Amino acid sequence: MTDQTQTTPIVKGSAMSMNRVLGVGAFLLGVFVLVPVIINLTGRWDFYYTLTSVALLSVAAAGVWLTFYIGRINIGQGAYALTGGYVSAVLMTQYGVSFWLTLPLAGIFCALVSVLIGLPILRLRGVYFAMVTLVLTEVARLTALALPITNGAKGITSIPLPGELSILGLTIIPDFATLENPKLAFYLMAALLMVLTYLVLWRIVNSRLGHLCRSLQQNEELSASIGVNTAMLRVLSYAISSFFGGLAGAIFVAISQSIYPSSFVVQDSVNFMLYCFLGGLGYVFGPMLGTLLLYFGWDLLSVAKEYQLLIYSGALIALMLVLPNGILSLLDKKGGNK
Amino acid sequence: MNAILQIKGVTKRYGGLTANNDITFDVAPQEILSVIGPNGAGKSTLFKQIAGFVTPTTGEVIYKGTKISGLPPHKVARMGVVRTFQETTIFKSMTVRENVIVSHHLRSKASLLGFFFGTGQAKADEAEFGKSADDIIDFLGLQAIRNEIASNLPQGHLRALGMAIGLATQPEVILLDEPFAGMNHDETMRMVALVRRLRDERGLTVLLVEHDMPAVMKISDRIVCINFGEKIAEGTPAEIQANPRVIEAYLGSEDAAIGM
Repeated sequence: MTDQTQTTPIVKGSAMSMNRVLGVGAFLLGVFVLVPVIINLTGRWDFYYTLTSVALLSVAAAGVWLTFYIGRINIGQGAYALTGGYVSAVLMTQYGVSFWLTLPLAGIFCALVSVLIGLPILRLRGVYFAMVTLVLTEVARLTALALPITNGAKGITSIPLPGELSILGLTIIPDFATLENPKLAFYLMAALLMVLTYLVLWRIVNSRLGHLCRSLQQNEELSASIGVNTAMLRVLSYAISSFFGGLAGAIFVAISQSIYPSSFVVQDSVNFMLYCFLGGLGYVFGPMLGTLLLYFGWDLLSVAKEYQLLIYSGALIALMLVLPNGILSLLDKKGGNK
Repeated sequence: MNAILQIKGVTKRYGGLTANNDITFDVAPQEILSVIGPNGAGKSTLFKQIAGFVTPTTGEVIYKGTKISGLPPHKVARMGVVRTFQETTIFKSMTVRENVIVSHHLRSKASLLGFFFGTGQAKADEAEFGKSADDIIDFLGLQAIRNEIASNLPQGHLRALGMAIGLATQPEVILLDEPFAGMNHDETMRMVALVRRLRDERGLTVLLVEHDMPAVMKISDRIVCINFGEKIAEGTPAEIQANPRVIEAYLGSEDAAIGM
């Protein structure tokens, strides 16, 4: 943040950025080297699936977080994950498009749909917007049931694994079907996507775009009167949010090699929102941490059998009461570091 | 008079309620003009129509020969007509400086994508905004609270911050919504001096809505009085004070209410 580096002494500024570089380096090392090494040593290959899911869910949650950032409670990300999944599945199975091409197309399709939906509904605020988005997931599910191209309740199955990606004869990504360990490949892909997503999100938040989003979140009327095209900015943020949702959905489909109308339901949309809440709405990396903790927390609690849901929801309520600004607010010393 | 802003027969109806009825007056460049009237007279509605937040049912607002009524607020602001709000309307969880910097939006030359990638133009813009924000903060005497979070500020500072936000957009016409509300005598007098400086040092045209009659009488070049949505008088402070319809509108509280 320019304003911060300008007002803090230079020495402190460089120390901060040094810390930041170290932090990011450690994070990347952990995600791309440490995790595979540990899994290799312990032989818990099932963790790849869990961690891949966490990475993808946190990509979708990043989108939800961005809509929170403009002051809208978004409980409809499941709709875009489902849409993105179907776009990818239909393009691959019926038109033979390469997975790698369907990935951006799924995101773009979701972004376009969200512009059409967002134009009218983003005029709503607070609980009204939240209620409409809650319905969106259900609308998406029913649409998938009804449309001929989505094959109704039977869904689309036996979707091929991601093929080879080559540019000018140079193989960049090998065919997943030929790999001896596609789980690792999926994990690396999802982790890379997560890193890129949060890089984009971090950049948005720390550029003027983010400052304008904050102005929108805090006071839309004032924002308009200082010359911000609030309608455009709202739709833009929502489109970026849905783009992330579509991307995540498309990769989920590639992993499970199938998609059904119930692949993403209202529960998933609610979860995306909870990940953001728990991680912290004021912190870019909040949704990532929230996803990790909640997803793993739920898995770990399976030892509690029939009390799983009770303990889980009890813990959620307690967390929200004790840390209303999210888990990351624990790190927040006085002065509001981000 | 070569008007910078013309209000021409502006009428606003909400169903059966007529908030503004056929209001017409002109504003001269670098004039300080106050709009007064009892509660519910339609002053705020008029301001909203000038700033583009509400579209008049009939009639129009002309700024420098161009019709601005019906345009969205951000377009009106871009042309140079900016409304500030009552004190609570600031970006609460930003610091004073962040508030002012973000309000420079209109002046950015780089696109949002440019800001995302941090192009040279974007960096130049940010540097310029920072400098200009500091100028404005100095101009308004807010140096000491530059890095305070806005929600921690007392009334007087909030009002000044609201003005700083308005100034950051580089307006030619600034609409002040009750700039003196809730202030004691000293604070009011300081604010009156400040509004004068807006005009004298920054060349702004100032329109204000206000209830504090002594302050209005002191600061205004001219006054427009509205009652039940209609303009009932227009003139210099002395003319307004002597106008029987204005006195009547203020319901017998006569002298006290209009500051004599």
